[in-house]
Amino acid sequence: MKTIVIGVIGSDVHAVGNKVIEYTLKSAGYHVVNIGVLSTQEDFIEAAIESEADLILVSSLYGHGEIDVRGFKEKCIEHGLEDVLLYIGGNIVVGKQSFFDVEKRFKEMGFNRVFPPNFKIESALQYIKEDLGE
Amino acid sequence: MKKYLLVDFGSTFTKLTAVDTKKQDIIGTSFSLSTVKTNILIGYQKALDELYKKINEKIIFDEVLACSSASGGLKMAVSGLVPSLTVEGAKRACMGAGAKVDYLFSYRLTSQDITTLKESEIDILLLVGGIDGGNETIVSHNIIEVAKAKLPYPVIYAGNNKLIDTVKYWFDKYELNYFIAPNIMSTINVLRFEETRKIIREIFLTKIIEAKGIKQFENENRTVLYPTPESLLKASLLLADGYQQETGLGDLMVIDVGGATTDVYSMGFGYPKKTDVILKGLEETYDKRTVEGDLGLRVSAASLRDYLNCDSYFYREDINFKKEVEKRIFDHNYISSNENDYYVDKIMASKCVEIATQRHVGTINSYFGGEGLIYFQEGKDLTDIETVIGTGGGLIYQPFRKEVLKNVEKNQDNDLRPKSPKYYIDDDYIMQTMGLLSEKEPLVALKILKKRIVKLDES
Repeated sequence: MKTIVIGVIGSDVHAVGNKVIEYTLKSAGYHVVNIGVLSTQEDFIEAAIESEADLILVSSLYGHGEIDVRGFKEKCIEHGLEDVLLYIGGNIVVGKQSFFDVEKRFKEMGFNRVFPPNFKIESALQYIKEDLGE
Repeated sequence: MKKYLLVDFGSTFTKLTAVDTKKQDIIGTSFSLSTVKTNILIGYQKALDELYKKINEKIIFDEVLACSSASGGLKMAVSGLVPSLTVEGAKRACMGAGAKVDYLFSYRLTSQDITTLKESEIDILLLVGGIDGGNETIVSHNIIEVAKAKLPYPVIYAGNNKLIDTVKYWFDKYELNYFIAPNIMSTINVLRFEETRKIIREIFLTKIIEAKGIKQFENENRTVLYPTPESLLKASLLLADGYQQETGLGDLMVIDVGGATTDVYSMGFGYPKKTDVILKGLEETYDKRTVEGDLGLRVSAASLRDYLNCDSYFYREDINFKKEVEKRIFDHNYISSNENDYYVDKIMASKCVEIATQRHVGTINSYFGGEGLIYFQEGKDLTDIETVIGTGGGLIYQPFRKEVLKNVEKNQDNDLRPKSPKYYIDDDYIMQTMGLLSEKEPLVALKILKKRIVKLDES
């Protein structure tokens, strides 16, 4: 069974969507480790090590995600998690910006997939299946 | 109606408490120097003679129960994965079982770590790592290395449940003495270590007290029940919760300042006090014990010195504080006898209480988030605790004990320390032995605790 670590990064307390993600992924047959809201980069990384995760799915809804994930990929590599996939989704930047640019910036930061606002987790499932091979 | 003799084999002293269940009280207490290195029974007999002399009667006791922290107590090592997760969780499991954790290893065990494990004085290794279904690569490496090292002492495995077969295969192959418990952290941040605690206690009672020469104390009516700190934990739990119709004191904190360690116990969940505070981090247990191996008045005086500003002008001019602390570092059996000694001990004990409390309690921090100020709490909120009890040689025999205990409240800042508790002292030094009695006569033990633990005057 593939393991996915989920949580909401930074000083962000949006708890509901995170629960929906947990429910949906579990129903799809994944082992989900939910570290909850107000999570730091280290919280994600440590949970990923203990659970030998295949994917880290970061949520951010309050607009400051871009600052919160700075250096995240580098830290993952430093912790031996270079092969773990990184996803991010939600309202990850301040204001209304072209998603094309946003996606490009986050991919440069090392994220494998970047999801725009209002993108349903159900729709993300097909990408997860594709990437994890299950 | 029965008469019990309760024995606490300490590193320095063997302490006795005699109880008559008919009177529901103590008949007498006594102590004598422990004789672990020669024969534990010599010190015990001496203390017993002393007790008989004191109460002027040779009682035949129906049952003799003992706890022990002799020969440095129960020394454990932990090998886990991430320092703030499984390693910290395993450390708490050990401390809750009455052990002192001398070595902590995280991530992959190196050959150097294995050498340390082989050559150090360790009683038990607790091997953990990975949530259930989690990390296998590093944890299985550690399992194999530990097996190959053929450690001469017991190993408990309480890590990723998917590796139990690996553990069995390798540990059987190299003939290790091992035990398997449910994962202490089956999922992130959730701790369950009841089973591990039970196994630690079992190993203590079957193997360790034998190795330390305490087993010979046992006969048909003399039994060893716990490591001493576990006994104190039992007494604290009983005093907090009450028994049947006899009410307890509610949430409380106990501080035990000794020569080698300072232990803090808290009974209470310590959940956030307000609804807008978010709880983060590792789950806490209702009955929590922390041990600070670097805070003590004698054996640990050297490490305590680092926290004290020995040249400070705040201390009295007529005392060479540096020299005084050194005296205690070189002579672990140094007994304070005059006013100056007590003053130095007071400063040292105050530091122990201050730091040990800080490490035990939780913290609260705030963030400016999208919706304004957000508070989050890590660890226990003990601000509302109304009862703080002092015990241990470093506090009970201290003329300034109230002043020393008051350091619980020091430096509030972000620490969730008790704010304005009432202070009590275990004046007869009986908390540990009452933990023993609670196994057989919980009601009597509770009544004695409530009667004998006295409130310190307001000053």
